[in-house]
Order: sequence, then structure tokens, then C-alpha cells
Amino acid sequence: MTDLAVSEARAAHPAASERRDIGIKRRYAAERRFKLYGIVAIAIGLIFLVALLWSVFSKGYTAFFQTEIRVPITFDQSIVDPKNSGGKDTKALSMANYPRLVQNGIVALLGIDPSDRTAVRAANALVSQSVRGQLRDIVLGDITTIGKTQEVWLYAASEVDSAEKGQYDLSVEESRRPLKDQQLQWLQQLRDDDRLQQRFNWGFFTFGGSSRAETAGVGVAIVGSIYMMVIVLVLSLPIGVAASIYLEEFAPKNRLTDFIEVNINNLAAVPSIVYGLLGLAVFVNGFGLPRSAAVVGGLVLTLMTLPTIIIATRAALKAVPPSIRAAALGLGASKTQMVFHHVLPLAMPGILTGTIIGLAHALGETAPLLLIGMVAFVADYPSSPMAPSTALPVQIYMWANEAERAFVERTSGAIIVLLAFLALMNITAIILRRRFERRW
Amino acid sequence: MNQTIVPAASVLHPTAAFARPVKMRGEKVTVHYGAKQALFEVNLEIPERQVTALIGPSGCGKSTFLRCLNRMNDTIEGARVGGMITLDGEDIYDPTLDVVELRARVGMVFQKPNPFPKSIFDNVAYGPRIHGLARSKSDIEEIVVTSLRRAGLFEEVKDRLHEAGTGLSGGQQQRLCIARAIAVSPEVILMDEPCSALDPIATAKVEELIDELRQNYTIVIVTHSMQQAARVSQITAMFHLGNLVEVGPTEKMFQNPDDKRTQDYITGRFG
Ligand SMILES: Nc1ncnc2c1ncn2[C@@H]1O[C@H](COP(=O)(O)OP(=O)(O)OP(=O)(O)O)[C@@H](O)[C@H]1O
Ligand SMILES: [Mg+2]
Repeated sequence: MTDLAVSEARAAHPAASERRDIGIKRRYAAERRFKLYGIVAIAIGLIFLVALLWSVFSKGYTAFFQTEIRVPITFDQSIVDPKNSGGKDTKALSMANYPRLVQNGIVALLGIDPSDRTAVRAANALVSQSVRGQLRDIVLGDITTIGKTQEVWLYAASEVDSAEKGQYDLSVEESRRPLKDQQLQWLQQLRDDDRLQQRFNWGFFTFGGSSRAETAGVGVAIVGSIYMMVIVLVLSLPIGVAASIYLEEFAPKNRLTDFIEVNINNLAAVPSIVYGLLGLAVFVNGFGLPRSAAVVGGLVLTLMTLPTIIIATRAALKAVPPSIRAAALGLGASKTQMVFHHVLPLAMPGILTGTIIGLAHALGETAPLLLIGMVAFVADYPSSPMAPSTALPVQIYMWANEAERAFVERTSGAIIVLLAFLALMNITAIILRRRFERRW
Repeated sequence: MNQTIVPAASVLHPTAAFARPVKMRGEKVTVHYGAKQALFEVNLEIPERQVTALIGPSGCGKSTFLRCLNRMNDTIEGARVGGMITLDGEDIYDPTLDVVELRARVGMVFQKPNPFPKSIFDNVAYGPRIHGLARSKSDIEEIVVTSLRRAGLFEEVKDRLHEAGTGLSGGQQQRLCIARAIAVSPEVILMDEPCSALDPIATAKVEELIDELRQNYTIVIVTHSMQQAARVSQITAMFHLGNLVEVGPTEKMFQNPDDKRTQDYITGRFG
């Protein structure tokens, strides 16, 4: 019977005993071609990434260094403490004419005739005009410095800094460049004396907005961004997760929940500038919250992040196999127990990834913050989330609009800081994922 | 005919043949999945401390009926259950009855093994923990060990109780699920093809277990293996296309069924 069947099959397909052509070669060729496409795609992506990072880092790394000049400063009592209060009159001490001390110091250092007004002004222009705070802090920190002489590293003016970093073409005609021959000669003299150095620029991380590049930093913007991120995290994670759990696990499936679902998906696609307008109308004009405060920024970014978190959380909840739910319910677990003992822990890695991606978006968001007035020039640390503050991307935006060379490098420097924060968040996401992901 | 098994008094109700009290009773049970009707007015009595086997070709509604008994159909989108099902005379679909309590009394072992992605110990301990069945840690440990032992798994896993339950083989997982179900000490255990993923040795172990569990529990088992139904069950119910074709003592069903479809199915002429 079977023999018969086989021989019948042979008769119908005479070639059956030979090797059939099932297109192996073609299939492998297709596979190779597909792999090649993949490699090319990844290579293109990498090239763009490297180009981007290269342009940012090559322009921006110099922002982390600042040219400084070491000047012997004599804390002349007649200037620092003109009323001779013995250092008790702190108000007078903070109001003292510190720039004068610097001018005296540098004039003496370079051996300039103090009566040559032009030379004095030119020499004085080598150091930053922002020395007041630095010297004041030295005096207030130790009153006994009054009357003594001390070597102090002072910020060089931003033109000197840029020239030192090779950002100016110094070979052009004297009248067309910011530093004159005389000044260049002084700089050479300082360099030979080992008094001119590029030192690590801590100020870049501690200063706020400033019209002088050498004292402009991202410190204030970082604090503003941190305030907002904390607000976004604290509000959007619990609200988003609670909403998703309700929609996914408890809500009846009807027209209303369908409608809500469609709307959440739509909200995720709304351009961020619209959220800015909404925030302006609702939080600032409606609730009367202060403009350019971190709370308002945080609330607007929360609105923006919520749909992302809800969508990610719902996807993570949906991905939990139904058999696990059935197992829990079959044992007599209530729905809440099922969700919190089994479904949520399994969905946690997905929820965290979604949250951190949402936060990373929020961290880099600029447009809505511009609308609620966070472009204001903020030089002081915001004491609370209600105080005027700015954010990293806004700071970048503002610096990018400045013409001065020193701000160009600071723009890139701030971008590096922003990228570093994003990388940090992504690493956190990966670590949390690993921790929550049970490999069984 | 068949005087040896069926006492004359209970000819009307074949399942009463064993003179056991009825543990669960389905009356005119119908189930719809959306517009599709999956069960048509099924009347079935499940006697206490007996093994009732549900047999029938694929898609005939065995799992569906089983799920009605602990209301797992409630969790399926679009499923509607009609008729009445009672447990110890109480309507289990009564709105005042708590479904969580019902499921603690009527446990279930699913067609596919579905251990929690937790340790073996936690898998078994979960039920007793949420129902507060154990006062102390040692109580829990005792329940876990006894349950694993009764499911015939303890010897194989005693050295790795705190490793993943999902790391076990398919058959071990199924026995873990059985251990998990009996750890809650339910009154009724529903088993949906518990041996479909098991080798003959593991199957024999599970069948032994079922035989032993019969002393204390009422068991309903779905199976595609006629031999298994014949070996472990006292009552057999035959389903076909959503209808209950015939129910009776297992021996009678296999030797002398009333319905031609049962005859054909058992002898392998369709399925
Ligand atoms: N969740 C569901 N949604 C819609 N239809 C379903 C669902 N579950 C089962 N059905 C349908 O109900 C009928 C009975 O299914 P059921 O799972 O009870 O069959 P079964 O007897 O257990 O089959 P098997 O032996 O293959 O497991 C089938 O026609 C099936 O397609
Ligand atoms: Mg089934």
C-alpha cells in the first residue's frame, strides 16, 4: 500500500529523487543583501552622530577652560575700608571700589605709568570687569587680608580668553581686531612670567546668566531644570501610572474609554508650543502663578510628558501575558492584588523606560518654556520653584543668539552639559531596568 | 443492563448513581462569546469527592464549561454566561457571592503551565499568603513543602526552592501549578488538560496525585486521552459542539454508551 503510494508519487514527479531546486542560493543572497542594507543604515546613522558630537565637542570643550591672570593685589585699606571700621562695617566692605585694586595691581605688574590714562585703560581691559565679587569674597572671608598683598587669579576679559584659545585671527590689521599690539605684548609678558594660564572653569557650572561671557554659566539653568524635572517626575509618574492602570485593568471598554484613548494618543502628538500657550493661559493667567517660574514650567512639561508616560505604561501593562493574570485570579487574588503583585512588577521596566524617555524629552524642551517667559535674564539662583528661573535648553537658546565669540563656545559647552545629563538619565534607565527585570 | 453499577433508584440522574452528594450543579448553562454561542443548555452534576472527566472533540466547549465553574469566564471580554451553577446549593453567579472567595474554594490548573515569574517557593506560597492561611513563616514553609510533595515535585526541587519557577521543565511547571492550586486547600479543583505537556512518567505521577486528591477534593478534569479518562475518573461527561451529549459512570460510558457520538468518539472514529 505505502510502496504503491511512493511509486505513484515518483511517477507524478520524475525529478523527485534528484535534488529539488528550492531556491537556497536566492534566499541566502537575499539575506546577505538585507544584512548589507542594515550595515549601511547603521553606518549612515553613526556618521551623523559622530559629526554632530564632533561639532559640538570641538566647539564646546574650550568652554570648560577659562584664561586667568595672576595679579598681586594689594588690599589697600584706604580703598577697601575707607572708614577704617576695622572690618566691622561689612556693608562698606562689600561696596568698596575693588576694580580700583585690580587696576592698581595690573598697572604695577606691567610697569605702566599710572598717569598714562590710555595705557591704564588698555591694561585694565585685559581683566574681566567681574572681579568685584571675587575680591569682595576674599576680604569678607578673611578680614585680616586688608592691608596685605596677595596673588589672585583673576578672570581674563573675554577678548583675551578668546584670543588665548585661538578663536581670533590676530594677523589682521590692528584697528580691526579687539586686542591691540600693546595689549598682545603685555599678554606675552604675562605669559613669560607664568602669570597667564587656562584653568578649569568651575564658574561655568556655578554662574548664571550674564552679559559678560567670562561670568556666564549654566549653574542657575541647571538648578531651574532640576526643579522642573523633579516636578515633572513627582506629578507625571504617579498620575500617568495610575491613569494607565485604571484604563488598562479596570475601566469598562466602552465608547467613553475609546474616546479617552484616542485623545491621549492625540495629546502625545500635539506640538509642544501649544502646551506652552495652554500653560500661559491656564497656569499664569488663570491661576495667577508667577511667570517664568519653575513651577509653571514643570506643570507645562508635566502635561506634555503625561501622554508619553501613559502610552508607554499601557503598552507595558498590555505586554504582561494574560496567563499570569489568569493564574493570579484563579488562585483567588482580587483584581487589585493581581495588578500590584504580578502585573505591575512585570511592567515596571517598560514603565521606567517610558518615564525616563518622557523626562529626557521634557529636559530638552524649549518652545513652551519660551512662551511662559523663562527667557528672562536670570543671574541668581532661584530660591524656590516659584522664583524666576531658566532652564538649560533656554540658556542654550539665549546664548546661541549672542554674537560674541566667547558665547559661541559657551553655547556648545551648555549643549555638552545637556547631553551629559541626558546620558546620565539614560544610564539610570538602563540600571533601573536591569534591577527590575527578573530574568525568569 | 449494567445493573452492576447503576442502582435502579437513580436511573433518572446518572450522576447520582454513586450516591454521593452533589458538589456543583450546572442547570441550563449557556455561554456566548460575543455573538457566538459556545455552550447550549448544559445540565451537569458534579459529585463530591469524585473525579469527573470532561471529554469531547476540540472546540466543543469543555474548557468553556470548566471556566464557568470558577467564573474565570468573567475575565474574558465579551463572554456571557446564562443558566445557573451552584456550589453546595449556592448560586455562584449570585451578585452577593464574592468571586474572590469562590475562586479560593474552586481552584484551577490551566491548560498551559503558567507559573509566576517568581521563585518556586513564592509560587506555592502566594495563595496561602493572600488568603492569610498561615500565621507564621514556618506555617507557610510547611504548606509549601506539603503541597510540593503531594504534587510529586518536592524531591526534584527541594534544593532549589528559591530559584525561578519558570526555569523548570514544562512538566515540572505543570506540577508546580498543581502544587500552587492545592496549597490554597480548595474544595474543588478544576484541571484543564493538566497532562498535555507531560511525558508518560510525569503523567502517571499526576494521575496518581489525582487519585489521591480524590480522598479530600472534588475534581473536574478535561482530557483528550480516553485512557486517562478511564483510569482516573469515576464520572465521564461527553461534550459535542457545545452540547452535553451524555454523562454517566466512566465504566458505563466506555463499555456501553447510550449515544452513538460517544461511541464513535471513544473508539476514535471522530475527534
Ligand atoms: N475567549 C474566547 N473568545 C471567543 N471564542 C472562544 C473563546 N474561547 C473559546 N471560544 C470558542 O468557544 C468554543 C469552545 O471552546 P473551548 O475552549 O471551550 O473548547 P475546548 O473543548 O476546550 O477545546 P480544546 O479541547 O481544543 O481545548 C470554540 O468554538 C472556541 O472557538
Ligand atoms: Mg480547552
